Amino acid sequence: MSAWETVIGLEIHAQLATKSKLFSGSATAYGAPPNTQANLVDLGYPGVLPVLNAESVRMAVKLGLAINARIAPRSVFARKNYFYPDLPKGYQISQYELPIVAGGELDIELEDGSTRRIGITRAHLEEDAGKSLHEGLPGVTGIDLNRAGTPLVEIVSEPDMRSAKQAVAYMKKVHTLVRYLEICDGNMQEGSFRCDANVSVRKAGADKFGTRAEIKNLNSFRYIERAINFEVARQIELIESGGKVVQETRLYDPDKGETRSMRSKEEANDYRYFPDPDLLPVVLDEKFIEAVRATLPELPDHKATRFARDYGLSAYDAGVLTASRELADYYEKVVRAVPREPKLAANWVMGEFAAALNKESLDVTAARMSPENLGGLMLRISDQTVSGNVAKVVFATMWSSGAVADTVIAEQGLKQITDASAIESEIDAVIARNPGQLADYRAGKDKLFGFFVGQVMKATGGRANPAQVNELLLRKLRA
Amino acid sequence: MSDLHTGTLTQLAASLRAKKFSSVELVTGLLARVERAQGALNAFISVTREQALAAAAAADRALATGSGGALTGVPIAHKDIFCTQGVRTTCGSRMLENFVSPYDATVVAKLKGAGAVMLGKTNMDEFAMGSSNETSYFGPVRNPWDPKLVPGGSSGGSAAAVAARLVPGATATDTGGSIRQPAALCGITGLKPTYGRVSRYGMIAFASSLDQAGVLTAGAADAALMLREMAGFDANDSTSVDTPVPDYVAALEQPLAGLKIGLLQEFFDKGLDPENERRVREALKVYEQLGAKLTVVSLPNLPLSVPVYYVVAPAECSSNLARFDGVRFGHRCENPHDLTDLYRRSRGEGFGAEVKRRIMTGTYVLSAGYYDAYYLKAQRVRQLISADFTRAFQDVDVLMGPTTPTPAFAIGAKTADPITMYLNDIYTIGANLAGLPAVSVPCGFVQDLPVGLQIVGPHFSEARVLAVAHALQRATDWHTRIPAGFA
Repeated sequence: MSAWETVIGLEIHAQLATKSKLFSGSATAYGAPPNTQANLVDLGYPGVLPVLNAESVRMAVKLGLAINARIAPRSVFARKNYFYPDLPKGYQISQYELPIVAGGELDIELEDGSTRRIGITRAHLEEDAGKSLHEGLPGVTGIDLNRAGTPLVEIVSEPDMRSAKQAVAYMKKVHTLVRYLEICDGNMQEGSFRCDANVSVRKAGADKFGTRAEIKNLNSFRYIERAINFEVARQIELIESGGKVVQETRLYDPDKGETRSMRSKEEANDYRYFPDPDLLPVVLDEKFIEAVRATLPELPDHKATRFARDYGLSAYDAGVLTASRELADYYEKVVRAVPREPKLAANWVMGEFAAALNKESLDVTAARMSPENLGGLMLRISDQTVSGNVAKVVFATMWSSGAVADTVIAEQGLKQITDASAIESEIDAVIARNPGQLADYRAGKDKLFGFFVGQVMKATGGRANPAQVNELLLRKLRA
Repeated sequence: MSDLHTGTLTQLAASLRAKKFSSVELVTGLLARVERAQGALNAFISVTREQALAAAAAADRALATGSGGALTGVPIAHKDIFCTQGVRTTCGSRMLENFVSPYDATVVAKLKGAGAVMLGKTNMDEFAMGSSNETSYFGPVRNPWDPKLVPGGSSGGSAAAVAARLVPGATATDTGGSIRQPAALCGITGLKPTYGRVSRYGMIAFASSLDQAGVLTAGAADAALMLREMAGFDANDSTSVDTPVPDYVAALEQPLAGLKIGLLQEFFDKGLDPENERRVREALKVYEQLGAKLTVVSLPNLPLSVPVYYVVAPAECSSNLARFDGVRFGHRCENPHDLTDLYRRSRGEGFGAEVKRRIMTGTYVLSAGYYDAYYLKAQRVRQLISADFTRAFQDVDVLMGPTTPTPAFAIGAKTADPITMYLNDIYTIGANLAGLPAVSVPCGFVQDLPVGLQIVGPHFSEARVLAVAHALQRATDWHTRIPAGFA
């Protein structure tokens, strides 16, 4: 395997989160009954004309600025001509020679902790097609044009990835970015975020690329990894057995875990691109671009660096907490309650809180606990009202009841015992009850210290301050 | 009431407002003329008698309360390229033989809003592709001056209807001369406005970068009135221009003293019929007498107009007509056995020969390996032609020349050779390539057949162009002549 190098480039299609379509006023909401969100423009009726949705332009510019790309002062819509029933006009309006965004980049983190820069050739605006329906329609094909005309931004990378893992890391990075920018909901199941992967292999050290195959329409991170790995193995095996990779379009079958040929280069359409005469060039001046720049949120990489620096978090923790803008925002609100304990807050957000979300498959935004409430609990850990272990009990009650930490602690009597004399009397009682263990400990069985701690905690319902218990117990046992 | 049809659009609008007669009377009279002339001219594809009478009655009610618009009660016809809600819109094609539009084109809605009453939809070359009206699926239109001859095209039905005084005005479209050439051949006035002056929304596209809606009327004053009601920015058409619409009617009376007229040298070429040329030069003499100054102007790239046009227009049409695939609307073949069969037969049966020729030409010039040599090169030459015009307008106010090389020709005379047919538009295509306003006005007769003078102005100079046309029509009466048999 090491004799071969894999070369991957991705074309990511992100559906823009506009209210209406790229060139018509129809709604873009997902899941409506077939053809209820398609007007005369979407249906390609005789005489209708496209009118560009200005919001989609702003969104594409946002993306371009976030990947450090050039925003074209003048970009042009072109027609991509081909016949298909889900393509009402017989052409797709896209951008070809003059895309709105060109020459960007994104850094991905590799497993060994290093980063790799992935070049982004271009990003352009285009409209989506409708879809064919077969289910429940024996002998005929139905057409649903709800999706026809939905705005997409196609983000085309350079062939800069060298493994399926890198491809997934890049895809995830873009996924995080578009959601930060609030230009795409990132819903992969609904097809809002998907990609085509261009995959080729070459002998390690070769300077020319091998012939590539394009795997179409991958809409899960797992499929991307599996499809690419299958395709790489297929190509290597093919070449090693004396065959040749042909340039073609392939489809990934997730059930069989394999890719198969869809059409060869010879069968490929000649799309006869030409500038769409129905639309004026998109002309953007510096003022517009700067106005969009002013609306950019703090970007994931910047946020992660800031978290690591300002909150003293590890790069890994900072990465996890900034994977989504919502989680990062949540975390920062928790920290606001305990500004001196950012690490404690991070542990709880990534630990107990994330686990609780996971258990119910909830999104951060649907959490059953406000960041203020979680912050309140952190405060009680920080001021030693409760120990970490007791706090977990408090957390569970807060999660299910929605109550604030102080109420739960008071009602359930969970306040930590920090009165030294009270703890000492409990210790004395435990020692008195366990003379054998005391003798063994004193004879050198140090491990029994844990036994005594456990007994004291049990006797206090877990409420004794652990540090005090340790200190006092040590003194008493050695006395 | 028998001579109402001789009134101009402007006169009829005024008379209706003055209640000299009712819209119902006028519409009834003209509908009778339309129906009587149909056999001889075939100018209409659909006559909307009932809707017209209902609209006329409504117009009369509005007139009675004085609440009408500028055209309230005035009968007009729409070229069958404009979508009309609830009315069949065929574009002269079998493909749309039974297509009833669910919406009104902006032009239709605007004229309706101004009070105009539609009598029907006029015949045209299929998808506006033709210069003689012979490519219509609904049969050729005949020239009211001589039924053996073509009326010109593609707006032949609208031109014949106005020339025969079946309606005082009709909408039309001009992609390479489709308003001006039939205007010249039928002895009426035809205005193609600046590209972007009138909305293209709801106008079935032939070549989007060239198509422009305009008007056919007897005289320039009527054209000014109709254009004023049709023009303006439309949010539904990104290529319409957001610039105010002047009152073209109020601007009609302008003194011509000092007007600088450029004679388009390239138009007085060897293809121009000498008699036709003589009539044009006589009209130019009238302008001189009115105080205008004539200079000869050369636009060296203009002779390339026809080859440029026959690359650009087919390229755009090959894409624009892809939507007619038998899937959602229009003609669908019987029992298709698969998708390819559905496409092939629906399109094969639905389109006529000229449309197919242009789709194939356009597909070819956009194909990989040919795009640069044809489409891109044509676009570059198009820019050179535009630049020629821009340069010329630094020295002159308007450009003039013949509208067509010859008067109307016989039906069938040029159908065998598309190139001969295409050369008919040699003088008109330039204005489309450069997006300029241009008008054709009658300037005399050659062997009892009308010929036209073409006036081209800078972008958005419709007011000037119409005023210049109007001045000739105040000095001559060519535009008032009515073909024998339709008087």
